[in-house]
Amino acid sequence: MPSLLLRGGRIIDPAHRIDRVADLLCVDGTVKRIGAKISGADEVLDVAGLVVAPGFVDMHVHLREPGKEEEETIASGSAAAIAGGFTSVAAMPNTEPAVDTQAAAEFVIQQGRRAGKANVYPIGAVTKERKGEELAEMGALVRGGAVAFSDDGAPVQNAEMMRIGLQYAKMFDRVVISHCEDRDLCGSGVMNAGVVAMTLGLSGMPRIAEDIMVHRDIALVAATGGRLHIAHLSTAGGVDLVRAAQKRGLRVTAEATPHHVALTDEAVREYDPNFKMNPPLRTATDVAAVRDGLRDGTIAAIATDHAPHAAEEKECEFVAAPFGVIGLETALPVVITELVEKKVLSLVQAVARLTAGPARILGIPKGTLKPGADADITVFDPKSAWVIDPSKFRSKSRNCPFAGWKVRGRVVHTIVSGKRMDP
Amino acid sequence: MPSVKKKAPEGWTRKDLLGLQELTRGEIELLLATARGFQEVSTRSIKKVPALRGKVVVTMFVEPSTRTRTSFELASARMSADIVDFPTSMSSLTKGESLIDTAKNIEAMGIDILIIRHGASGAPHLLAKHLKASVVNAGDGAHEHPTQGLLDIFTIREAKGRIEGLKVAIVGDISHSRVARSDIWGLRKLGAEVTVVGPSTLIPGPIEKLGVKVSHDLDAVLPEMDVINMLRIQMERQKRSLFPSLPEYSRLFGLNGERLRRAKPDLLILHPGPMNRGVEITPEVADGPQSVILRQVTNGLAVRMAVLYHVSGAHRAEGAPDA
Repeated sequence: MPSLLLRGGRIIDPAHRIDRVADLLCVDGTVKRIGAKISGADEVLDVAGLVVAPGFVDMHVHLREPGKEEEETIASGSAAAIAGGFTSVAAMPNTEPAVDTQAAAEFVIQQGRRAGKANVYPIGAVTKERKGEELAEMGALVRGGAVAFSDDGAPVQNAEMMRIGLQYAKMFDRVVISHCEDRDLCGSGVMNAGVVAMTLGLSGMPRIAEDIMVHRDIALVAATGGRLHIAHLSTAGGVDLVRAAQKRGLRVTAEATPHHVALTDEAVREYDPNFKMNPPLRTATDVAAVRDGLRDGTIAAIATDHAPHAAEEKECEFVAAPFGVIGLETALPVVITELVEKKVLSLVQAVARLTAGPARILGIPKGTLKPGADADITVFDPKSAWVIDPSKFRSKSRNCPFAGWKVRGRVVHTIVSGKRMDP
Repeated sequence: MPSVKKKAPEGWTRKDLLGLQELTRGEIELLLATARGFQEVSTRSIKKVPALRGKVVVTMFVEPSTRTRTSFELASARMSADIVDFPTSMSSLTKGESLIDTAKNIEAMGIDILIIRHGASGAPHLLAKHLKASVVNAGDGAHEHPTQGLLDIFTIREAKGRIEGLKVAIVGDISHSRVARSDIWGLRKLGAEVTVVGPSTLIPGPIEKLGVKVSHDLDAVLPEMDVINMLRIQMERQKRSLFPSLPEYSRLFGLNGERLRRAKPDLLILHPGPMNRGVEITPEVADGPQSVILRQVTNGLAVRMAVLYHVSGAHRAEGAPDA
C-alpha cells in the first residue's frame, strides 16, 4: 500500500491533546508518525491551512438496509458518511428485519466491507424484533460484531425489560443506547408540545416525556451498574439529569444531534415535514442547555441520527410524514457554523465530540491519530463557505432540514485506513 | 359591485386564505367590508352577481362537513362561478394517491380556487405551496377555520356595532378547536378582549401567549361578558379521559337558562354548530332572543363570497364586472 503524507496541516487530536501544525505520515494503513518536515512518502497532500483530524465517528445512523433500500443502502449511506467526513458509522438495528441476530449483524459488516467506504459497525437490538418483550441474543450479536445495543426508534417501554437489558449487556461491557420517550405522554404527538404546536394545531410531544425516561433509565443504571448512553438528548431537563448522574459516578453518556443544537420548534411553522423528527425540535431554552452540555462535556458525542426517508413519504401532510432527517453530509458545517463560529465550542472541542467522544462510548479503536492507530483521517477547511444543496448529496434521500443554509466548514479529504476516499 | 371596495383600507394581495393569524387588521377589515357589500345580494330575488363568472371553484372536503361545504357552494354559485365538488370518500385519495397528486390532477383540469377541509393541520398550506390555484382553508385539523372566524366576527359586529373593547368568552374544548384559534386571532387583531373558558384538560397551557385570559369558572366570568361563543364538545375527548362525562361537562360549562339570567341582558350567544343540544347549550338558550346562531350561518355566505372574491383576484381584474 502506498504511503501517504499530509503536509503542513493543523493536526487536532483531542484524545492526545495534540493541536499543532505538523506533517502526518501514514504507512500501511496506520498512522506512522507526526512531526516536522517529514519526507519520502509515495503520495504527498499539501494540507496547509486545513485541519487534520481523526476520522469522524457517527455513532447513530440509520442505513435502512435491509428492508428499505430505496431510501438508503449501506453503500449509499457510507458514501454519504465519507462525503461528510465520517470514517466510521454505527448503524441502528431498526431495519426490516431488525438486527437482532448474529447473522444480521454480520450482514451489516459484510455490506459495509463490500461498499468499501466508511467502517460500518452494527448496533444490535436490545430485544427480539425490537418488540420490547424478550431479550435479543446479545452474546451472539457481540460475536457478530455489534458494538452496542439499542431498540432506537422506540424506547424499551417496559422498565423491567430495560433493567434486564442493562444488567445483561454489562457482561459484554457494551453500552445500551436509549431512545428516551414515554409513549403514553407523547400520544399522537408530532412535534414539541408548546406554543408553536398549539398555534399550528398539531399535537405535542412534551419535554417531560423525554425527561421521565432519562430519569427512569438513570435510576436503572444506579440499580444495575450497567452502561447507559442517551441517544439524541434534546431537553434542558434531560441534560441536567445526565450531568447529575455523571457527578454521582454513574456510567451514563449522551449524544446530541446537529439539528437539536441548530434549530427550534419555530422551524415547523410552515408544516414542512423536513423538520419532523423524534425527539422533536425543542425550544430555545433546550437548545441552550444542550449546547451547554456539549461545552462542559456532559454530552460527549455529536451524532447525526441520519434517518433517510423517500421523497414521497415526506412530501405530505405534516402529521402523515414519518419522523427523521438526514445529517451525515451536513454535520460538520452545521457544527462549525452554529457551535464553533458562535463560540459555543472551540474547534478542538468540536473535533473531540465528533471523534474521541463517540469512539470511547462505543469502545472502538477509532477517533485518534496516535501513531499505530488506523489511518482514518478527516481533512477539512473550517473557513470554506458554501450553500447546502441536498440535490448534491450522496445519500439516496433528501430529507434535510438545512437546505439553502449558508454555512462554513467543508470536508476536503476523507481517508480510511490510509486510503483517500475523497468524495 | 359593492361600493365599499372602492374605499378599501388596503388591497388584497394573497393567493390563498390559510388562516387569520397571518392577516393584518386591515386585511380582515377589507374582507368584512366586502362581505357587508355582498350581504345585500342574498336579499335579492335574483341572488346572483357575475363577479366570478368563468372561474372554476372546486370543493374538496377530506373531512366531512355539510354546512361549510353548502355555504361555500352557495357562495360560489351566487358569484356565478362554476363549482364542482370533488367527492373524496370515493376518490383516488382512498386508493393511496397522495393529497398533492390528487390536487395537482384536479388543478390540471383548469381550476381557479380549491376549497379544502382536511383533518390534518397544515394540509391547506401543503396544497398552497404546490398549486398555482388559490387555496381556501375550510378548516384544517385543530389549526384554523378562517371563514368561521370571519363570520363570527362579522356577526358580532353586526349585532354590537363594534369589536374593539368587547369582552368575548370562547367556551369549550380550546385544545382541539380550529374555530377557537381563528376567533382568537381575528378578535384580538380587532381589539376585543378574549377569555377562553373550559376544563383545564382542554385548554392548552401556553394559550395566554396568544393574548387571551383563561378561566375554568364559567359562572365567574359570565356576568361581565358581551359575547359568548359556545363550542361543540366532542364525545371522543371523553373517551380519551380528557373530561369525565358529558353531564359533568354540562354542569360546569353548559349554557342554560339559569346561568343566562346572571349574564348581561344583551349578551350575544354564538355557536359554530353543529350543536349538541342539552350538552354545551340548552334549547331555550339556543333558540332564545340573544342567540345569533342562525344569523352566523346566513352571514357565512356573505363572508365566503368576500373571501372567494378577493382570493380569485376578481377585485384586481381589469374591467371586473360590476354587481
